[in-house]
Amino acid sequence: MHAQQKQPDNTGASLCFNGIGKAFPGVKALDGISFSAHPGQVHGLMGENGAGKSTLLKILGGAYVPSTGSVQIGAHTMAFKCAADSIASGVAVIHQELHLVPEMSVAENLFLGHLPASFGLINRSALRQQALACLKGLADEIDPQEKVGRLSLGQRQLVEIAKALSRGAHVIAFDEPTSSLSAREIDRLMAIIGRLRNEGKVVLYVSHRMEEVFRICNAVTVFKDGRYVRTFEDMSTLTHDQLVTCMVGRDIQDIYDYRPRERGAVALKVNGLLGPGLREPVSFEVRQGEILGLFGLVGAGRTELLRLLGGLERNSAGSLELCGDALRLRSPRDAIDAGILLCPEDRKKEGIVPLSSVAENINISARSAHSRFGWLLRGGWEKDNAATQIKALKVKTPTAAQKIMYLSGGNQQKAILGRWLSMPMKVLLLDEPTRGIDIGAKAEIYQIIHDLAARGIAVIVVSSDLMEVMGISDRILVLCEGAMRGEMSREHANESNLLQMALPRQRAASQGN
Amino acid sequence: MTSQNTAVPTARKPLDLRSLLDNWAMLMAAVGIFVLCTLLIDNFLSPLNMRGLGLAISTTGIAACTMLYCLASGHFDLSVGSVIACAGVVAAIVMRDTDSVLLGIGAALLMGLVVGLINGIVIAKLRVNALITTLATMQIVRGLAYIFANGKAVGVSQDGFFVFGNGQLFGVPVPILITILCFLFFGWLLNYTTYGRNTMAIGGNPEAALLAGVNVDRTKIIIFAVHGVIGALAGVILASRMTSGQPMIGQGFELTVISACVLGGVSLSGGVGMIRHVIAGVLILAIIENAMNLKNIDTFYQYVIRGSILLLAVVIDRMKQR
Repeated sequence: MHAQQKQPDNTGASLCFNGIGKAFPGVKALDGISFSAHPGQVHGLMGENGAGKSTLLKILGGAYVPSTGSVQIGAHTMAFKCAADSIASGVAVIHQELHLVPEMSVAENLFLGHLPASFGLINRSALRQQALACLKGLADEIDPQEKVGRLSLGQRQLVEIAKALSRGAHVIAFDEPTSSLSAREIDRLMAIIGRLRNEGKVVLYVSHRMEEVFRICNAVTVFKDGRYVRTFEDMSTLTHDQLVTCMVGRDIQDIYDYRPRERGAVALKVNGLLGPGLREPVSFEVRQGEILGLFGLVGAGRTELLRLLGGLERNSAGSLELCGDALRLRSPRDAIDAGILLCPEDRKKEGIVPLSSVAENINISARSAHSRFGWLLRGGWEKDNAATQIKALKVKTPTAAQKIMYLSGGNQQKAILGRWLSMPMKVLLLDEPTRGIDIGAKAEIYQIIHDLAARGIAVIVVSSDLMEVMGISDRILVLCEGAMRGEMSREHANESNLLQMALPRQRAASQGN
Repeated sequence: MTSQNTAVPTARKPLDLRSLLDNWAMLMAAVGIFVLCTLLIDNFLSPLNMRGLGLAISTTGIAACTMLYCLASGHFDLSVGSVIACAGVVAAIVMRDTDSVLLGIGAALLMGLVVGLINGIVIAKLRVNALITTLATMQIVRGLAYIFANGKAVGVSQDGFFVFGNGQLFGVPVPILITILCFLFFGWLLNYTTYGRNTMAIGGNPEAALLAGVNVDRTKIIIFAVHGVIGALAGVILASRMTSGQPMIGQGFELTVISACVLGGVSLSGGVGMIRHVIAGVLILAIIENAMNLKNIDTFYQYVIRGSILLLAVVIDRMKQR
């Protein structure tokens, strides 16, 4: 392959955490974490949000220096001061947000920091050869000259893995690697992780997804509130419920808490809607008090459909009817004024104004209707409304003036729901409402969704979590590659028939589509 | 639930003191520098010098009020120096030709409004970068000022016009009064109106603001339009003080205004800014410049010192964010 930096020979070495603690001003993010992960094993890390998994990975990756304790690889105690130290010791952390430069080529990204060059002049052909060697067996279809920005998320992840391997990584940690991958990409990733394991690497695997942990891991360590809870060494005797109970610290009943409801008249009728991201016209209706699930794989057009309904994109054909009246949407404001409210998929990017207070984030949409002349704020209303929503939705924040960026994901989501609950609402569009949110907060959000539906609001929920879609919806629509694939009532839906519909049909000869 | 989430909010409790310090530190620094100058420099506190200091603050201060909105929304405006010059020229020419002070001022403000609207529409609707847009209008407006004025200063003879620059109310020069009014008004506007809050939201996260129903484009256009008008107002006052409209005046003024805002603590990346930041920044810059003049420090050195102070301020700001 290519000239590697000096690598310590870690073959066969275990990774040990010895009493790792990490304190931030006023909070202990980690406290006395000790466990070992062994070569030839995939070691799962589980815990609710805020349990400290990501902090531990940051320590492993050299981004944080632990306050107490140490990381040990084999017989060597590591003292990572920065990311470069960690990389040099054969550790690679594949983060949720991939650290690649989108405007540069795959090859350049792979060797960023040590591009093959003589006298500062990059040796293009060597670069290409080395990149091809790196990608071989991992992602043969990727052209090293392609810009990373043009790859799918799954492919970018493979590039990241290839980069880690090219640096001779012995310990590879994955942080929620499948959160934005399609089912096929997940399969491929699982196969690669299995291969890494068989090659005797130490693999750490952080995920919220139970089925993946059971599928790939040989051992699981559970964290809670920054503390080590326990390590399960034998996955064959471990049950799903045992693991959840261990994570939550209490038994969970049915977190979806589904209750049948009365459904009213048709709230929103979609006739032959076409727009960016949709390949075939989409038609459906949703009734007052109904929770409609929208399921599909990544790229199926679910988010795009919601963006059309939320007025973020213009439709190129088709029409909308809201409670029997024709509706044209030119901007999000039009949708909001009509009572169609959208909670976006990417909370950080599209939902919250991070530097503003919780109160600001709640009041931003409803305030103009409650201001004098439409622009002069009423202090009383501002305060009352924020307080009401914070209380009603159990948003955990020290004060309404707290900057929202300091809240956990679940509480940010609740604040955004509070924003919409301050408004007259007819249709609520939720795009991945519980992504990255821990189980406790999830249950609260399901509760809120049910309460809204019970009040006669039509709710459309997009989710890639099959259990969630089946758990909360009255009816499920399945999208695939920008087209409506079918509809399933709650009673008839199950994992296999939903997935069947959601998977692209490549051998479409047998289907009449 | 309760147990696992308490960690995050309580973690930030001690920051309240810090944020208090963040919010007021620069204003306290301004007061500190003022006291220091009073003690160390003869004549600093003399009525004549205080008057000069106040007038020096006024032009920057007025323009900085609306620059705050540009910065808070995540943009900035480089054309303000040219607008100031052009407004003075336009006011002077219209007064010369019509003999009406009101028409002269009206025309100048209208010119500012048009430039601001062009900036706003190009930035908001055509999505052109604010740097390029206002760099272009900066040159266009500067050129127009020279063209209108035929390259020379245009004298003003209407006595009524001089009230703005040289008049006094209760012994306080009118420009200073107008500056204080601007500080109060724009400070109030930022905190107590949907326009002000929307400005902050746009700077903090434009996509979230759009999805929350904020009319982002319209708000941006208003921000630049208001900035144009207020820039022109500053130009009119300056022309009144100079008793003429001078097309060459205010070169590099836009950078002084932006420096003052950033020095006071307004973030260049948007979403952070308060009127007290602006007041603090304007005060610090003006006091230091005034002190350097009193100490007869060479202009060349003054540039170096001013630049160093700005650099220091942004470095400190950067370190605070860590």
